Amino acid sequence: MSIALVDGNNFFVSCERAFNPKLENRPVVVLSNNDGCVVSRSAEAKALGIRMGAPWFQCHELAKRHGVVALSSNYELYGDMSDRLMTVLGQYSPHQEIYSIDECFLGLDGFDHLDLLDYGRQMCRRTRQWLGLPICVGIAATKTLAKLANHCAKKNLAGVDGVCNFMSMPKEELVQLFSTIDVGKVWGVGWQLREKLRLRGIENVEQLRRANAKTLRQEFSVVLERTLTELGGIPCFGFEEHVPNKQQIIASRSFGRYVHDLQELREAVASYMARAATKLRRQGSLAGMVQVYIRTNPHSAGQAQYQKGMSVPLPAPTDDSLRLIRAALWGLERIYRPDFAYQKAGVALFDLTQPGACQHDFFSSARDNTRLMAALDRINARWGRGTLRSAAEGVGQAWRMKREKMSPRYTTRWSEIPRVTG
Amino acid sequence: MERLFAGLPPPAISLPGCPLLAKPVPAGFPSPADDYAEGRVDLNQHLIAEPEATFLVRATGDSMLGFGIHDGDTLVVDRSTEPADRNIVVAMIDGEFTVKQFCRLPAGCLLRAGSPAHRDILVDAEQQFSIWGVVRWSLHRL
Repeated sequence: MSIALVDGNNFFVSCERAFNPKLENRPVVVLSNNDGCVVSRSAEAKALGIRMGAPWFQCHELAKRHGVVALSSNYELYGDMSDRLMTVLGQYSPHQEIYSIDECFLGLDGFDHLDLLDYGRQMCRRTRQWLGLPICVGIAATKTLAKLANHCAKKNLAGVDGVCNFMSMPKEELVQLFSTIDVGKVWGVGWQLREKLRLRGIENVEQLRRANAKTLRQEFSVVLERTLTELGGIPCFGFEEHVPNKQQIIASRSFGRYVHDLQELREAVASYMARAATKLRRQGSLAGMVQVYIRTNPHSAGQAQYQKGMSVPLPAPTDDSLRLIRAALWGLERIYRPDFAYQKAGVALFDLTQPGACQHDFFSSARDNTRLMAALDRINARWGRGTLRSAAEGVGQAWRMKREKMSPRYTTRWSEIPRVTG
Repeated sequence: MERLFAGLPPPAISLPGCPLLAKPVPAGFPSPADDYAEGRVDLNQHLIAEPEATFLVRATGDSMLGFGIHDGDTLVVDRSTEPADRNIVVAMIDGEFTVKQFCRLPAGCLLRAGSPAHRDILVDAEQQFSIWGVVRWSLHRL
C-alpha cells in the first residue's frame, strides 16, 4: 500500500501571492477573524520569529520594523483556490480523501511501476504552474507515515524538491531520520500526549516506534496503539473518500465590536442561521432542533459577564431558512439580557435527518417554502452570498466581523477580478 | 498518465442550469424531439479548456488595441500551458501584472505592445519577470 499526503505550503499566504506579485520575497502574514491572530505566515515572517497563533497586536512593533504585510482572511479566495487545488490533485489518483482546506491523501496503490518521487514532483510542478501554489508531498505505506514524510519534505529533512518518499529509503536511513524527529510531530500526538510520552522517556519518533504497543494501549489509548502500528508500516486508518453528512451544523462568529442591543443581536443571529441553513440544504438534510447562544468577552476582566444558550425544538424537521430564523430569534429573545457587552453569538442545527426519514405532524399546517429556498440558493450562488436575504438579517450589519486588510476576492466576484495593464 | 483520471467536475463559474428534460411533459402526444435531447451549447466549455487553471482578469489601458484588447475587456487566462512565440500573455514584471505579446528572442524575450504609442519591453536578466498565463480570449462588450 502506498499513500501520499499532499498539502499547500503556507496556504493562505500562497493564495494571496498567486494574485499579488508585490508580496513575493517579503514577510507576509494572514490574520484570523476580526484580525486577531496570525494564522498563516510566509517563510520570511517565520524567520522573523512571528509565532503561529500569535495575537497580532503583540507583533505590531516587529511588523513595523521589518515591513511585515498583514492581511485579513480572504476565505472566499482560499475556498476557491482550495477547490481548484483538490481537483488538480484528484487527477493524480482515483482515490482522494480531502482532509482539510489545504491537504489531501491520495491512494497510490497500483502506481508502483512509476517512480513515485518523480510522480510527486509532477504534482508540485503542476500546482505551481497552474495555480501558483507551492505544495509538499509525503509518500509512505500508511497515513501516519505519509504525514511524517510530508513533514520531512516541508522541513527539508529528507527528499528533494518538496517530495519525500519513505518507501524508497533504506531502513537504516529511516531509523536515523526518525531518531532526530520530535515525537510531537507524529500525527495524533498533541502537546499533552507529547509531555506524557516524554516523561516516559519517549522523546523522538524512533523511540515511539520501538515502544511496546500493548503497554501504551493500556496506559494511553487504543488510538495511540494504532498510531504505533501505522509507524511500523501497517495501515490502521482507512481511506474516507466520501465525507459523511454532518450530524450538526454550527455557525458562530465574534463581532467586529461589542454589541449591546437586541436588534443588532437579532440581525447577527438571523444572518448566522441563514448561513447554517444554506449548508443544511447543500447536504440535503432537515433539522429537528435549533440552538442559539450569546456571550460576553470572557477575557475582558472588569466587564460584567453573561453567557447563555437555548435549544428550540421544531414542530417538524425543516430546511426552510425563514422557519429556522424564526425559531432562533424566539430563543434569542428569551436568553437576551440588556446591559451586557456581547462579543459573540452562535447558532447550531441538531437532530439532522434526511427527507422522507421523518415523521410528519398531522396537525401542523405550516408548509416549507421549498421553491423559495431553491430560488434563494440559486440567486446567492450566482450573485454572491447574501445578495438575497431575510430582512431579519439587517441592512447595515455594523456588527459584522472586521476584515479591514482583506485583498480582493479575485476569483469569486466579478467586480474584484485582477486588473492587468495593457 | 495524468489524463487518465481527468474526470473533471463542471467548471466552478458555470451558471446553475436545469437538466434538459426536467420540464413539464405534455400528457398527450409525446415530443418527437425527446430522442434527440442533448446539452445546450455552453460558453464555459467553449472558452475554457482547463477550468482549474483558468482565471478571468480585467484589462485596463489601451496599449493592446492592435491585438483587439480594449480598455475594460475581460480576458480569459489559461495558466496550464507554456506560452508559444507570439502568444498574448499576462506577465509579471517588477511586481506588476501586464498584458503583452510574448516574442521569443535568441536571448531572452520581448514583450510587445499593440499600439505605436506604447513602447515594447525588452526583458533583461536583471528584471524580475515571469509569465503568469496565456490569454485565450478577450471578451469585449459591444
